[in-house]
Amino acid sequence: MRPDLDIVAGLVDRGSRVLDLGCGDGALLENLIDEHGCSGLGVERDQDGFHACISRGVPVTQGDLEAELQEIDSGAFDVAILSLTLQAVRHPDRVLAEMKRVAARQIVSLPNFGHWRPRAGLALRGRMPVTPILPYEWYDTPNIHLCTLRDFEQLAADTQMRIERRVVLNGDGEAESGPAKLMPNLLGQGAVYSLDG
Amino acid sequence: MPSGVGLVETRRTVVFDGDRPLRLDSGAEIPRVEVAYETYGELNSDRSNAVFICHALSGDANAAGHHEGEDPDRPGWWDNIIGPGRPLDTDRLFVVSANVLGGCKGTTGPSSTDPATGKPYGLRFPLIQVRDLVEVHRALLAELGIERLLAAVGGSLGGMQVLQWAIDHPGEIDGALVIAASARLSAQNIAFSAVAREAIMRDPDFNDGDYYETGKRPDRGLGLARMIGHITYLSEESMREKFGRRIQDAELPRFGFDVDFQVESYLHYQGQSFVERFDANTDLYLGRAMDYFNPFDDPVRVQRQIEAGDTSFLVLSFDSDWRFSTPHSREVAGELRLAGAPVTFREIASPHGHDSFLFPIPDYHETVTEFMERLASQRGIGSA
Repeated sequence: MRPDLDIVAGLVDRGSRVLDLGCGDGALLENLIDEHGCSGLGVERDQDGFHACISRGVPVTQGDLEAELQEIDSGAFDVAILSLTLQAVRHPDRVLAEMKRVAARQIVSLPNFGHWRPRAGLALRGRMPVTPILPYEWYDTPNIHLCTLRDFEQLAADTQMRIERRVVLNGDGEAESGPAKLMPNLLGQGAVYSLDG
Repeated sequence: MPSGVGLVETRRTVVFDGDRPLRLDSGAEIPRVEVAYETYGELNSDRSNAVFICHALSGDANAAGHHEGEDPDRPGWWDNIIGPGRPLDTDRLFVVSANVLGGCKGTTGPSSTDPATGKPYGLRFPLIQVRDLVEVHRALLAELGIERLLAAVGGSLGGMQVLQWAIDHPGEIDGALVIAASARLSAQNIAFSAVAREAIMRDPDFNDGDYYETGKRPDRGLGLARMIGHITYLSEESMREKFGRRIQDAELPRFGFDVDFQVESYLHYQGQSFVERFDANTDLYLGRAMDYFNPFDDPVRVQRQIEAGDTSFLVLSFDSDWRFSTPHSREVAGELRLAGAPVTFREIASPHGHDSFLFPIPDYHETVTEFMERLASQRGIGSA
């Protein structure tokens, strides 16, 4: 499993009802169901990811997460997860508000556009940055709503979501332990947030 | 497509008789029930590879392959999904398909002889529910020595049987495939059903259901009912593509009240060919079973039943289906999930309306294949 998903899994309480939005191949949910006694539901738009979930035995709805969120009853889940996907949705603010509606806790991970490499790429080269955690060219990127960690924290506050925990990530999606913890918005490549509404 | 199951035959077996009549959910009894069924593939030694096919309103036991003397190019109604290398792969699965209770294709129904009178039942056949259809399937499986299904699969009324089965009998089905089905008919569905029923019952030849010995069957009524039904099975798009406003056998319209447009001719053909192979009373009984279907009427019980079992569900809908549209399937998935069941749901893009479940649409068949693969691998059933 991707290291950032390990971090996410560590933030989910045993036996939780988990909604994983943009669940990909279902690896995180499979881990949570098999190892952490959770029940879960994934939402995945991509056909290969959807089929991978079926082969793992992970319950999944095929569809666009923003549309599918609206079909879910309020409070139907304990935890809603959005892994490295917020920057690719059409309406990040609405998605956050919907996650708050359907689950008591939310776990969101995102790449940090405020990291020094994208900043330097833009400032020194005058080009849209391409970095390990943001590997796309500007014209073919699915990431249409990039933000910095500080931007996200502001949106969370505006959505009346409390940041209960923040784990800063390095370029490999592992937890940072050094200086990045002190200056996350400049030195962290991304972060995993645990929020409650 | 690889070749299918080939030559098959329908067998018959009596599953309720004598001391053991079929007791319906309503309390009424049917003293003797015979079932017509077919099987494809081989049952493995630990009897873990059985898959049951539940058919829709007008289906029969001949789901795959063809009978002796029949055209191999016109195989059973779900041949494209059943067979070697197909989504329900008979190289490793044992597939059972049976005509439903109330049917007219070999299983006891209103056209069967009532042992009490020696005459066909007609409307003296008791009202049946989807749950009763399932009980007869289970009795057949008991005859065949099968206690647990790897999967139960059905579209439309077939999917409703699968759903009822999975709820009523926890621990009997590993995987339930509920396709283009509904947990409860909408007012619009019931309205169409009512018009079809009226068409049959108002036919002067209907004779209160006792038409088997009069030499005159309510063909006009049943044909009309089928024409109405058929409109709901197609989509506006598929009708436009298939017929548009084209004129039958001519370039210019003839202007009159006779059949002129191609779509009219097609509907007439559907109605006509249906009366040749189907019984009006069966249409009434099965239609009514669908109207009253309501498996989630007691959510507390459903939750208890789901918790007692370990069935995983695959719920599929088709975007052009307006008979049981995607919201019907979403409701099925939502209610099952609320009860705690693991449910995978997908809406498939298809132009064929409600009939889509009968078409070999790649996305649809791939999803069924993946789901069956998972079920088989969990039971250690490899490829043959």
